Amino acid sequence: MGIEVKNINKRFGKFTALDNISLKIPDGELVALLGPSGSGKTTLLRIIAGLEEFEAGYNSDILFKNQSVVGNRIAERRVGFVFQHYALFRHQTVFENIAFGLRVRRGVNRISRAEIKRRVDELIHLIQLDGMESRYPDQLSGGQRQRVALARALAIEPKFLLLDEPFGALDARVRQNLRRWLRRLHDEIKLTSVFVTHDQEEALELADRVIVMNAGHIEQEGTPVEVFHHPKSAFVMDFLGSVNLFHGRVVAGQIVFDQSTDVKQEKFFVRPHEIELVPTDPQNVGFPAKIRRIQLAGSIAKIELSDHSEKEIFVEMSHEKYLLHKFKVGDTVSVVPTNTVVFEEDYVI
Amino acid sequence: MKKHSVLPGFGLTLGVSVTYLSIVVLIPLALLVWSTMSLSFADFVKAVGSKQVIASYKLTFGAAFLAALVNAVFGFIAAWSLVRYRFFGRRVVDALIDMPFAMPTAVSGIALTALCASNGWVGSLAAKYGSKLVIFAEEHGLDFMNIPYLNRYDGLQLAYSQFGVFIALTFIGLPFVVRTLQPALEDLDREVEEAAESLGATKFQTFRRVILPSVFPSLMTGFTLAFARALGEYGSVVFISGNLPYETEITSLLIVAKLQQYDYAGATAISVVMLTASFALMFVINFTQYLARRRK
Repeated sequence: MGIEVKNINKRFGKFTALDNISLKIPDGELVALLGPSGSGKTTLLRIIAGLEEFEAGYNSDILFKNQSVVGNRIAERRVGFVFQHYALFRHQTVFENIAFGLRVRRGVNRISRAEIKRRVDELIHLIQLDGMESRYPDQLSGGQRQRVALARALAIEPKFLLLDEPFGALDARVRQNLRRWLRRLHDEIKLTSVFVTHDQEEALELADRVIVMNAGHIEQEGTPVEVFHHPKSAFVMDFLGSVNLFHGRVVAGQIVFDQSTDVKQEKFFVRPHEIELVPTDPQNVGFPAKIRRIQLAGSIAKIELSDHSEKEIFVEMSHEKYLLHKFKVGDTVSVVPTNTVVFEEDYVI
Repeated sequence: MKKHSVLPGFGLTLGVSVTYLSIVVLIPLALLVWSTMSLSFADFVKAVGSKQVIASYKLTFGAAFLAALVNAVFGFIAAWSLVRYRFFGRRVVDALIDMPFAMPTAVSGIALTALCASNGWVGSLAAKYGSKLVIFAEEHGLDFMNIPYLNRYDGLQLAYSQFGVFIALTFIGLPFVVRTLQPALEDLDREVEEAAESLGATKFQTFRRVILPSVFPSLMTGFTLAFARALGEYGSVVFISGNLPYETEITSLLIVAKLQQYDYAGATAISVVMLTASFALMFVINFTQYLARRRK
């Protein structure tokens, strides 16, 4: 096992940041810690790195390759940490930044100037910044700075790579490109990596495994496909993409959506792409709603509707399907969910 | 075509600034040079080159430089502890830093003299342990005879000595270093230190390679300000120095002395030398800083 975290607690005053967290990260995987702000994901990452203390409780431990690292400082843990805002040394060039971890070595670990140069040049090539080694961080774009931060972390040949919101400060396009680049890099060097993100798309696209966190505990962990298609809780379902909440009852094996918020109602969660809109509804399997807005720019058609109680409903469909029915704003159509999910616990979106 | 700035009043504010600067700084300086012109070159050299005056230059620049250096070190520590730690009475300490600014220099001079005289709190200790040190040194065959104001009978003499000048100049220079460093230290990114640590740097390496280079320009500015202030200091020094000719006379004192003897030309001549030397030093310091900044 690569990284193993056992029964970790952390409180800031009265606020519980981490509530008895345990998790395992297998060797060679790229794992996402996904959650909204305040869910404890960054705190957990910093505790794994050794930048933050945790509260020792019953049987709590952090293991790297089956060896406890509790009490070790970050340098002794040999993790590469990439900070959200890069944390580059502003008065040093790209080369100096990347060489830092090699230059500060002492005693028997010291390496020659030529060897440092060789390794740094190799890393500069890896992050595709050849010819920019004598630039200062101020002279680089956000994406380039993030790559330098990554190379600097890799220079110490870390056991693990930990990234705190690595793409958080970048604009959308750069983020997309850097994301794919990081995935390719990971496939190349196979270094066990954990990254923190609040962007579900990023987590699903990039990671081998996703750990969804909420309010200091782990809601679910699994492959992107598992967490997206089989969410264990309403929170996960909601967080991993937009979702509609319908009220209804099961009558004779069939769901009747009457959308009243009566006590005996059950809650059904439906993804926007798992809804059909039909002009007429002879079997009465759905419920009526009025089209409020149609958004056609993009790869899919997005339609917003509202039912009799002015509750908003979001529907996504292919352009072909949209053109088939020629919906217009103001039309009243029938909303027919094709797939519904029910959770036992109560959850308010 | 005239280019309009979004911000109004550029012409007006620039005009006011230049006029104000001229009235307050440039005209008096020009006058200084002008009145020196009444001296012949030989008289000028005599006025600024006498042994007494040269001894005062050495003391003034030497003590001011050392005081600024000491302030750079301890001012850094003070600024660091004020920025980094939250402790009881932090605001009081923060306010106390400004005391040398706020106090009339004569008051600080009298206070320091009372403290450092041979019967003062600090002065008596220096006398006692100074003489013990000399006796100890003599017993071990070490020769301390070359250090001025230190002997076996009087111990170390703080007031009325060159040490006194140094003490006064250190006192008045401290706020400059602390106040220029504080904002720079507050701007330091904690993540950068964590990054250095994660890369295997020790605390000292982090300080030496990451923190110090980032705040070095501010430290230099603080040092320069403290140095400049110390060069021109008069009020606090004249009480504690004792004003012994050739030994503890600072240049400002000589200027005042010449004025009191109605030797205006002589006084301005020395002033011009001080002015030129100070300007040259400031220029060198600022230019090195400019070079360092441009490198980035």
